[in-house]
Amino acid sequence: MKILVAVKRVIDYNVQIRVKEDKTGVVTDNVKMSTNPPDDNAIEEAVKIKEAGKATEVIAVSVGEEKAQETVRKALAVGADKGILVKTDGILEPLAVSKLLQKIVEKVKPDLVFMGKQAIDDDCNQTGQMLSALLNWPQATFASKIEIKDKKLEVTREIDEGLETIEIAIPAIVTCDLRLNEPRYASLPNIMKAKKKPIEQLNASDLGVDTSPRIEHIKVEEPPKRKAGIKVSSVAELVQKLKNEAKVI
Amino acid sequence: MSVLLIAEHNNQDLKPFTLNAVTAAAQMGEDLHAIIIGQNCGDAAKKLSELPLVKKVIQVEAAHYENFVAENFAPVIIKLADTYSHIVCSANTFGKNLMPRIAASLDTSQISDIIKVISSDTFLRPIYAGNAFATVKSKDTKKCVTIRPTSFDPCESSGGSASIEKVEPGEEFNNTKFVKREEIKSDRPELGTARVVVSGGRGMQSGDNFKLITSLADKLNAAIGASRAAVDAGYIGNDHQVGQTGKVVVPDLYIAVGISGAIQHLAGMKESKVIVAINKDGEAPIFSVADYGLEADLFEAVPQFLDELNKLNTIQK
Repeated sequence: MKILVAVKRVIDYNVQIRVKEDKTGVVTDNVKMSTNPPDDNAIEEAVKIKEAGKATEVIAVSVGEEKAQETVRKALAVGADKGILVKTDGILEPLAVSKLLQKIVEKVKPDLVFMGKQAIDDDCNQTGQMLSALLNWPQATFASKIEIKDKKLEVTREIDEGLETIEIAIPAIVTCDLRLNEPRYASLPNIMKAKKKPIEQLNASDLGVDTSPRIEHIKVEEPPKRKAGIKVSSVAELVQKLKNEAKVI
Repeated sequence: MSVLLIAEHNNQDLKPFTLNAVTAAAQMGEDLHAIIIGQNCGDAAKKLSELPLVKKVIQVEAAHYENFVAENFAPVIIKLADTYSHIVCSANTFGKNLMPRIAASLDTSQISDIIKVISSDTFLRPIYAGNAFATVKSKDTKKCVTIRPTSFDPCESSGGSASIEKVEPGEEFNNTKFVKREEIKSDRPELGTARVVVSGGRGMQSGDNFKLITSLADKLNAAIGASRAAVDAGYIGNDHQVGQTGKVVVPDLYIAVGISGAIQHLAGMKESKVIVAINKDGEAPIFSVADYGLEADLFEAVPQFLDELNKLNTIQK
């Protein structure tokens, strides 16, 4: 069984975001970039499945600028066997990314495609579901537990009401929640080994997909700031303020 | 062209956030239709028809719609999509799971999790966990939009009398089967809709100490929240998590106890009307968003808080 894992390069989750003065986006120059956190869970799960002898190959794919190669390389360092980079200029919408991934799926013919449930930059939460629509495959979104049962997966999903379990037939798409597993760190020897693993480079423009934007970004702004509050000196004062000033208790 | 809202329900009743989604959808176009897909969901359909903003209800029933499987729902919407300019749903796990499957099939670039309708094609949405707001304009002829329910008020829930049209169900998608749902039952108000939320963080130090949070929540008839750190440490179940990867809450009063205020957590609660922070670290980022900050040891402050609330009740009586 072959598992394809899609990974995205995003601004590191610990970075405090700054909006550009011209309101065209957020500052990305000289900002630390990392793998989108739930994509790390997706890679980890695929590697664990391979280590358990239930998959034969894990392939990491990223769609993005040349530098997204680092993100693919990191996936190789934690256990993916080979990588694919689909090079694009600028930022693509999830619809375009899912169309490019569809082309990669047709080429690689994986049994499963894993990815994070959401990217922490645009917060869209779309790509996995869109890819499953385009392929007409089953989708298990927000997965916090995956069990492989012959040609099926039993997946526990994190939903608003609690947990839901579904059974999906392979081939299928799974989008991963942060609770799925604890991603490992790459060891130094594995980082060195990953440098020798192959990364195939493709140009998005060669894949015959229209990736032109459908959404115009008119402006990006700082959210309205909360006005600074006050510090109270005692619980008694706090309760009085809540009762008489804020009138919420 | 009309606007189509996908109602969220549990087959008996509408989910409360459907009312917020109706408010948002009605701002995108005047002729609002609402579709309810389920099994034996007649009562919920009737309630939908009583919302004055809804002009027509479409009801689709079949056994394979009972558990809201997106692979079964999407084709129903896609089949009806021709006559609609907008397809709208709440950006909770139901809508997040379903809408992109519809959008991709319609070759539409979805706009997720909007917090404001600026015009019929232009919307405001948070990005980077609410650390920036983007104004975006859809160039697609059909718009697929999910809305953040807490950013819109619930619509009027009675007085309407829309017609209910029944539509034949589509086929079942055989490669996805619902197995079970484990709902967390509680007598407390639901976290996403509670008027008061009391949350605990890593500062609670143990699951046992969460009793303090429970007592305070009992006193205030509040829902119980938690930071990701508290959930990861196993102090409390993850259905209580507030933040970017948990629930976004907008209560009248949010009380953060022993929560430092990581960016991820702030994203889930900073729109609350009044925020109280109790933390012994005066430099904790939570104080930068708190209306009332109390720099104190929570193990002393929370019992005192309970005493003060008891006194208050005594006076009122």
